[in-house]
This record gives sequence, C-alpha cells and structure tokens, in this order.
Amino acid sequence: MLQIDGLGHAYAGHPVLRDVDLTVRRGELVSIVGPSGCGKSTLLRCVAGLTAPARGTIRIDGRPVAGVPGGLAVVFQEYGRSLLPWLTVRDNVALPLRRRGGTRAQRRAAAASALDAVGLAAVAARRPWQLSGGMQQRVAIARALAFRPSLLLMDEPFGSVDAQTREDLEDLLLTVRGPEMTILFVTHDIDESVYVGDRVVVLNGSPAGVVADLPVTLPTRGEQIATREQAEFVRLRAEVGRQVRKA
Amino acid sequence: MTGTGRIVRGATGIAAVVALSELLAVTGVVPPGFLPPASAVLARAAHLVVDPAFLAQIAATVRAWLTGLAVAVAVGVPAGLLIGGVPAAGAAVRPVLEFLRPIPSVALIPLVSLLLGAGRTTEVTLVAFAATWPVLFNTVYGVQDQDPVPRETLRVFGFGRATVLWLVALPAAAPFIATGVRLAAAVGLILAVGTEILAGFGDGLGVFIAQAQQVVDGTVDVLAGTVCAGVLGLVANAVLAGAERRLFHWHPSQRPLSPRPAAATARAVRR
Repeated sequence: MLQIDGLGHAYAGHPVLRDVDLTVRRGELVSIVGPSGCGKSTLLRCVAGLTAPARGTIRIDGRPVAGVPGGLAVVFQEYGRSLLPWLTVRDNVALPLRRRGGTRAQRRAAAASALDAVGLAAVAARRPWQLSGGMQQRVAIARALAFRPSLLLMDEPFGSVDAQTREDLEDLLLTVRGPEMTILFVTHDIDESVYVGDRVVVLNGSPAGVVADLPVTLPTRGEQIATREQAEFVRLRAEVGRQVRKA
Repeated sequence: MTGTGRIVRGATGIAAVVALSELLAVTGVVPPGFLPPASAVLARAAHLVVDPAFLAQIAATVRAWLTGLAVAVAVGVPAGLLIGGVPAAGAAVRPVLEFLRPIPSVALIPLVSLLLGAGRTTEVTLVAFAATWPVLFNTVYGVQDQDPVPRETLRVFGFGRATVLWLVALPAAAPFIATGVRLAAAVGLILAVGTEILAGFGDGLGVFIAQAQQVVDGTVDVLAGTVCAGVLGLVANAVLAGAERRLFHWHPSQRPLSPRPAAATARAVRR
C-alpha cells in the first residue's frame, strides 16, 4: 500500500533521515518509534506531502507522492490546536468530509456516527475548547475516522494526555480501526509502540535510518494490563528498547 | 467587574467632569465666553439632535464615514490576507506600506482636496485611506500569527491552499480584523469631521462646527457639535465591541474564565 525507498532528508544542511526503506501492507498498523528528534515526524510529513524529501521516493498504491496525496487523514499531538475553535465538535468532524462530496445532511450524519464510535455523541454541539484534553483528542480521532482514509497518519497522538486517558485512547484506536485502514503511528513511547502496533519500526542514528523492523505477535490484544503482562510483550518491549537506546 | 458596575462607574466619571466644568463656568474661574457652562452645551446638544437640519448634517457625515469604512474593509481585508498568507507578496509590498503608514492621514487633506476638490469624494477617499491601515495591518498580523497546525491538518485532508485560507485563515483572523475595523472607525471619524472642518462648506457635522466658529458666541454650538462627534464615536465603538463579543465568543480573549484574558486582542490594538 505504502512503499518508501531510499528516503533521505536534511534541514538546513543538517541531515535527519538517510536511506529509509519501508513497505506497509494495506490494513497494517505500523508503529514508528525512535528517540525524540530522530526524524519520525519528518518521515510522516514526507508521506503526507507537506515536506518534499531531498532524496528517495514514496509511493502510495504505486503512485509517487507529489504534493498531498488523496485519501489521507492526520491526528497530530496538538489536539487543542488542530481543531477549529469557532466550529462545534460536530462541524469540526464534518468539515473534511466536504472533500468527499455528499449533502450537508449526509456529512452531519457521518460525523454523528463517528462521534458515537468514540463515545462523544453527547457533546456534538459543544465547542472543542469546552472539552478536556482527552475528549478533544477523541474528536480529532473521530474526524479522521469519519473521513474513512485509506492511510491514517498519527504523530504522537497521545503524547500530551495523562496516562489513564492515554491507555483509554490506545484501546479506542484498536477498537475503531477498520480492516481497510492503513495506519502509521509515530510515538516515542516504547510500550505504546508495541501495544498498538502490528509491527514496530525503529528509527535511530544520526541521520536516522530503520534499525529494526519487528512483527508484533501477541496471543491476545486490547486489554491493557493482561496484554502488558504477556511474556511476548515483555520480550518485544525489551528488544525495541534496546534498538531505541542503541547510540 | 460586572456590566452594571462598569456602567455606574463610567456614569459617575462623566457626571464628575460635567459638574466640574459647570462649576468652573458658574463661579467665573473661566470666562463664560471661553468655556460655556456644561449645562448650556448639553442643552444645546439636546436641542440640536432633534433638529432635522442638524440631523441632516450628521447623516451626511455618517454616510461618508461608513462609505469610507466599507471601502477600507473591502480593500484592507483581501490585501491583508494576501500579504499575510502569501509570504512572497508580503515581502514585496511591505517596504511600500512601511513608507506610507507613518504619514498622518490628516496631513493629506490639503493634497487630496487639491486633487479631488473639496467635496464628498475627497472626504470618502480620506476616510478610506486612513481606515485601511488598521484593517490591513490587523488582518496581516491575524493571518501571520496563526498556528500552522490547523492549516496543515486541513491540507493533509486534501484541501487546496485557497480553500484553507478561506476555511481556516480568515475565520481565525476575524477577531483581529474586527479589532482593526473598530480602530478604523475611530480614525475614520476623525478624518470625516476633520475634512469637513477644513472644507468649511457643504454638509456635515464638521461643517457645522466650522461655521459655528465664525459666529459671535458660537462657542456653545462648537462645543455642542463636538459633543455630538464624541457620542458618534462612542456609539460606533460600543456597537462594534458588542458585535465582537457576540461573534467571537470562541476566541480565548472572549471566553469566560479564560486563562489569558484579552491577550490576543490587546496585542492587535497595540500594533
């Protein structure tokens, strides 16, 4: 679905990414983890078409990315900033659907059902800034879901909420992801990368490249404490941790 | 402070000033011909505002003022969006703007009068010229000061640059633009009345004031006209500030119990 070949990028002569190769199958949820400042966000921005990479190619469904590709959705870490304060929660979720056409009533219905899926049907008429941080991030997730993207990019999506809310949001993501939706999930949290990912890709080095690509094979998923207790989880977490910390 | 408390305190301040000026005139500390008692001025003003001839003068001024403001918004907002939203355009236009902006608009009254004659066109032109700056600059800052995150989010969802400017940049800048319009209204009134005073004939509040000045014992009329001009400015400010509170309740400066009260609007005012 997504194919990245020999991707390299530099900011003001300072190289951040080097020879990144990555292939993602349709419907996969790939965690991208690495030390902060290693270029994870740059990689995501290149895939989103917001930054033109200096070297290498990115293909989505075989087509090279030039500019913002279609069918993309994002969830940024800055939930409070990515929602529009003058629109209601429902209108925020419905706004990107203008790209999909359809009537206003259809868009509102799609927004309502996405809000229902993240448990926020009751606050559809409120403004985003009247909600807690965790709720705002659920609005951002609902906005992405309602859009039915073929590729969802998440940049540290749960990085600025408290630990309990973070676990709830991780489980929410695992519940609502559709089988057709490919997800790139950038995080600096090693536990989280193993918990949500079907695969964990570790970026490291300066400039950064892919240093590990580990499949996550957990017998059971979706229950925080039990999942994190499994021997396989512990083993993977240790392995990812070693790769992230490797200088 | 509650709304009522503010009104009571404001009224107290006005009453004190009126009482003081009355006292100065009645006790003869200031000669009555120099500063007529406040009661005489207010009585004259109250008489004038029900006089159809005087109201026609006010209407002439307000028409020119509002026309000029409308032109300023029509020019200032799109130009500000372009300068603030397209960096290349901003870099090219900025030196010209920085040269033009410090020129006090009143200094242009003789020049524009010379070019366009001492009439309504001159007045509207000068109001528009003076009023464009606050609108333009507040629009530029409103667009430039914006967080890139919402715009990038919508770009990723596949919206083009122009659509993002319309859907995000313009609404986000709207509170700044509204503050600019409120400042522009104040400056525009100065130019409208000022141009009329310098022209000295025709219609308008400024013409009324200028002509009263020529008459023996015209001081009461001059002051009554000035009070009316002040009230016009006050009403315009109150109407626009009220509209801002209603429209921009979502903005951090307008939210109840906001952690950053009035920060964003205050910043726009200073610039």
